[in-house]
Amino acid sequence: MAAPQQQKLKVHGPVAVTANRLTDGAVVWRTQGDGWSIDLADAAIVTTADEAIALLADAQKRDIDAVGAYVAPVVLEADGAILPGNLRERIRVAGPTFELPH
Amino acid sequence: MYVYDEFDRAFLAERVAEFRDQVGRRLSGALSEDEFKPLRLMNGVYLQLHAYMLRVAIPYGTLNSDQLRRMAHVARRYDRGYGHFTTRQNIQFNWIKLEELPEAMAALAEVGVHGIQTSGNCIRNVTTDQWAGATPEECDDPRIWAEILRQYSTLHPEFTYLPRKFKIAITAAGHDRAAIKVHDVGLRLHRNDQGELGFEVLVGGGLGRTPFVGKHIRPFLPVRDILSYIEAIMRVYNQYGRRDNIYKARIKILVHEIGAEEFSKAVETEFAATRDGALRLTDEMIEEIRARFLYPDFEPLADQPAELVEALADQRFAAWHRNSVHKHKVPGYSIVTISLKPIGAPPGDATADQMDLVADLAEAYGFREIRVGHEQNLCLPNVAQKDLPELWRRLEAAGLATPNVNHISDIIACPGLDYCALANARAIPVAQEIAKRFADLDRSRGIGRLHINISGCINACGHHHVGHIGILGVEKNGQEFYQITLGGRADEQAQLGTLLGPAVSYEQVPSLIEDVVDTYMELRAGPHELFIDTVTRLGVEPFKERVYAAH
Repeated sequence: MAAPQQQKLKVHGPVAVTANRLTDGAVVWRTQGDGWSIDLADAAIVTTADEAIALLADAQKRDIDAVGAYVAPVVLEADGAILPGNLRERIRVAGPTFELPH
Repeated sequence: MYVYDEFDRAFLAERVAEFRDQVGRRLSGALSEDEFKPLRLMNGVYLQLHAYMLRVAIPYGTLNSDQLRRMAHVARRYDRGYGHFTTRQNIQFNWIKLEELPEAMAALAEVGVHGIQTSGNCIRNVTTDQWAGATPEECDDPRIWAEILRQYSTLHPEFTYLPRKFKIAITAAGHDRAAIKVHDVGLRLHRNDQGELGFEVLVGGGLGRTPFVGKHIRPFLPVRDILSYIEAIMRVYNQYGRRDNIYKARIKILVHEIGAEEFSKAVETEFAATRDGALRLTDEMIEEIRARFLYPDFEPLADQPAELVEALADQRFAAWHRNSVHKHKVPGYSIVTISLKPIGAPPGDATADQMDLVADLAEAYGFREIRVGHEQNLCLPNVAQKDLPELWRRLEAAGLATPNVNHISDIIACPGLDYCALANARAIPVAQEIAKRFADLDRSRGIGRLHINISGCINACGHHHVGHIGILGVEKNGQEFYQITLGGRADEQAQLGTLLGPAVSYEQVPSLIEDVVDTYMELRAGPHELFIDTVTRLGVEPFKERVYAAH
């Protein structure tokens, strides 16, 4: 399967721009203030393809903070909470779905 | 063990210094990600879902205790306290920070370990039988030839930018534990009627989205010609292999499209022009490599010593001994497989503490030597039989003595969607749930040899095509589904599995596997007919009818 970065952009609801932090690979989300946050709650949310393309282009201008930016679906809860929109993003946010060896 | 020389050590130190500089320039912005990515990949560094991953080569699956202990150190100091052994006899660290990677690499380089040739379109880490040098089945130690190929292929300028990655495997035993028939090049070392040592050469095998079993292109290649012949193969591939489509760039596609006969002719033409050149191995060259492999100073011992016979009265020890201990070529010694598949644990994972323990055990009982098998288990290849009871007690105390080797819970699984940026579906939790269903070791012993292989996407890192039961994760409308195949095998009778029927959901997989196994238990000709033989005899239809009637 092609990685999300390699797929055609389709926007059918709320989306955010996500990437990995350069220094350690941590999952980060593009914020309204042109920065990045490790907290999905801080993510800038858009709902149209044009907005998503603009947000992504802005995120890709500078590549020493975060790398591999792409548009990811999110879910907006009634109380305003932002949740990852699919299993892949849930795993990126919460980590592997099993107990890690310890 | 192979002993590295000063050249190897200096080369690795230079490579770490080079990578340290590259990371520094990347962090400062002097290198863009597009510029940096191929550099990190050449050192085995990937960017996965939630972190960087460092893949470290374990040439032909052989480690010494210092190297394993250093891997434990890297896991503890730079990662989250564990590592994952892969189907390519490598180890992966899943949580390493880019800014700390040079330090981790420097620590590994001090013991002669690195990530070179674990990524990119080059000749990858050459794999072989994890029992090499210890099993009585083999005609020679295949690691000698793997090492010759390693030295030849490392940083070879002509083969650093191949159309795609290139994987070579070697076996020297009748029973193939290296899966040579599903490699780009498979080499079977054997003796001809004159007693001369040579290779049967297969080419164009592989898994992934277009799986093929390798084709025979030469029944006997004298060992001294191995480099010339491999170079001839590589040149034909480099010249005619496709570079316009990543999915058609592996050598298997070329061999399939032009046919094994045409491919073989092209290779023979190239080989005829170069076979007597600089790559022809002399006896001195071969002996020089052979001499760098140090073998244990075995004591003269007898099989079945009193300590072992006495311990076999303990049913738990006896069960482990039957399952995990194998015949050695030297009397009084055994090969021991250490299952990294405790019931319910992620297949192939080992904690830093477990790695340290295995290193300790290798020093105490195994001449400091450890092996990694493509089945994602470890192995102590040289253990005196009199030491087996004590070894078992220490493994048991650390949760490393599950007697399930080659049983249904000894599952091969790729990292899947829990780690991998390419995956469509999870693999590890599927393996964990299936293993729990078959946690009763008496039940799994009654089922007998049965290999389950799980891949989280079509790239097939879990080798699902050649699992007796293969499980492939796919994505449909945002949901995980799994296709099941039956009848695959990776050994000397390698064949690809046959699709059982429509894909099933994540939740349905464990029950479906139980139904498949129950069907086998009903249909088998007797307790001695293995699962794979029942499927071969009956085909998948009887399984399909029963399994899908139940779902």
